[in-house]
Amino acid sequence: MITLSSARPEGDHRPMGFADRLLSLPFVQRSDALRSFILGAWLGWQIESNWADPLLFAVYSFARPLASVMILVVMYSVITDGATQQPIFAYIYLGNALYIIVGGMLAGISWAVIDDREHYRTAKQLYTSPLVGYAYLCGRGAARLLIGTISTIIVTVFGVLLFGIPITFGSIDLPFLIASIVLGLTTLSGLGLIIGAISFQLGRNAWQAGELISGALYLFAGALFPLDILPPVLREIGLIFPATYWLEAMRRALLGANMIGFQTFAALDNTAITFILLAMSVGLWISAAFVYRWSMRQAREKGVIDLETNY
Amino acid sequence: MSSISLAVETHDVRRIYKIRGGKRKGEAKTLIALDGVSMEVPRGELFGLLGPNGAGKTTLIKILATLLLPSSGTAKVDGLDVTTQTQEVRRRISMVSGGETSGFGLLTVEENLWMFARFYGLDNKTIKSRLAEMMQMVGIYDRRSTKISDLSTGLRQKMNFIRGFISDPRVVFLDEPTLGLDVTAARDVRDFVKDWMAQNPDRTLLLTTHYMAEADELCDRLAIIDKGKTLICDSPENLKRRLQSETLFNLKIQPLRKPTSPEDVIEAVPGVRSVTIADQIDFSELRLSLEGEDALPAVLAHLSGRGSGLLSLEKREPTLEDVFTQLVGRRLDEDTSQNSTGEGR
Ligand SMILES: Nc1ncnc2c1ncn2[C@@H]1O[C@H](COP(=O)(O)OP(=O)(O)O)[C@@H](O)[C@H]1O
Ligand SMILES: [Mg+2]
Repeated sequence: MITLSSARPEGDHRPMGFADRLLSLPFVQRSDALRSFILGAWLGWQIESNWADPLLFAVYSFARPLASVMILVVMYSVITDGATQQPIFAYIYLGNALYIIVGGMLAGISWAVIDDREHYRTAKQLYTSPLVGYAYLCGRGAARLLIGTISTIIVTVFGVLLFGIPITFGSIDLPFLIASIVLGLTTLSGLGLIIGAISFQLGRNAWQAGELISGALYLFAGALFPLDILPPVLREIGLIFPATYWLEAMRRALLGANMIGFQTFAALDNTAITFILLAMSVGLWISAAFVYRWSMRQAREKGVIDLETNY
Repeated sequence: MSSISLAVETHDVRRIYKIRGGKRKGEAKTLIALDGVSMEVPRGELFGLLGPNGAGKTTLIKILATLLLPSSGTAKVDGLDVTTQTQEVRRRISMVSGGETSGFGLLTVEENLWMFARFYGLDNKTIKSRLAEMMQMVGIYDRRSTKISDLSTGLRQKMNFIRGFISDPRVVFLDEPTLGLDVTAARDVRDFVKDWMAQNPDRTLLLTTHYMAEADELCDRLAIIDKGKTLICDSPENLKRRLQSETLFNLKIQPLRKPTSPEDVIEAVPGVRSVTIADQIDFSELRLSLEGEDALPAVLAHLSGRGSGLLSLEKREPTLEDVFTQLVGRRLDEDTSQNSTGEGR
């Protein structure tokens, strides 16, 4: 059977080009972990960005998140009779735009684990090669993060232009924003890696594990409504969930003085939140290292690294 | 043999699987897949594991390739412990399973092979020349820009096969490399293996198979494995030489009547060493091992006594199949899960 449609033109090494140059750098070539990360990201990008169908890719990655935020906007407008100038609107809108990234970070790695194992059935090939598993998986997650970030930016720009979300050059606290972005990446990737590592122990249905967790925590992260509304017991869930602090940090960094009146953590100033996120990052990465090692060993003991659930 | 020149070394390796479905609910059953395997494969050898389905070949390969931990015992590859020196072992090995048609379907053949070569840290120049050479050797070079999902299963298998060699591994593990391939593709694969070993005399290759002809053709030495135990380990020539004192016949006969008593079986005929029977649709195939040709008339008399006529008779040279039958009392292609109940069935 000859399928012409999928054959790429002779000598066209488009997708390998940039990654190949990176991988040729001497210090990259010597490091298993760096190579694994770059290849994971390269592969993830091939998988996530469906170049065979750019329209479908754009719809799925950008139009869909935009649509789901719009549904919220409509619901909000109906309930509040169009009060989009209220600070609570910016709070909810940004919380949801940013939660796209949270969801991607928490679910991305566990999804990659199950996808390799059950869908592509390549776990056997991958984990007998000298790749560094957690670096490779973070790479796979990074590709997802990139697409999630683009979605978030599109949704946010939409909000500023259409609904007057009060983000201005004056409102942005750049140093705090950069710190928040970096700490958000480390915190959420640590958490994603823990969920991903545990996914090695689970069967085929675990592809939803990350999504279930991020979905369940959505209500407690201060994305949809301020935490203060919750009964104290449920509020505790939000208070141990790192994303709650990250969303708050990002909103403060972007809205600045324009969001006063809806601070979940009124008692915490920006420095305090930064330190909380820093502490959580360190804690989560140390835990992730242990959980990953434990889970890989456990998987080898049980023989489930290359588990293929029978259909 | 000093352990430094050993490519693979196992010491009393056992592997027990926990399986669900005990008699009572929640009770865990266990299955002994490997029951104390010890073996030594010197560097440079093409070593075979020959055994029926369920013998434990894949389990052993998975342990050596770091996918699975042994329940007890030790295993070393290239002098490194597979349990503790995992990353170092992985740098030196590769593993390919036959019938492996999996892959990142959205990548092209070349992209996929490039990615794995990069995982092993090969440089650009090496990758380019080695990829081109190997793709040409197995005849997928002109399909290098085709997406894996659009390849036939045979070509996918060939692609996975050369993936096992691009990193120039010191020890290659091939688990049933020709499983499911058509005759020509299987020949390509066997030729590749032979060429590669000839060009890289310091490399070691361990393959499993349940095709005795393949083991016979390829292996310098092989171990016969059954029910998690290695029974014997030698070169194919030496193994067959063990049977030189036997006289072997293949018979096609009309179906036999059931034996009337436990004594009324072919095994009980004087001069019969072993026998296996495979029932076909309208005849049965009998593989006889006799002490000498003069035992044959008694066997024929026994057969006609049980209402069966002779359709054809052929004397032949010993094969590895006979070695297996002699050791185990069953045919190689019989499933291990079946119990043998006399007459080699
Ligand atoms: N993951 C597993 N869980 C439980 N039993 C298994 C598993 N893998 C293999 N087995 C059992 O272990 C035995 C050996 O299997 P295997 O190593 O695949 O044999 P072979 O490769 O020689 O056919 C078989 O009885 C098989 O059913
Ligand atoms: Mg097998």
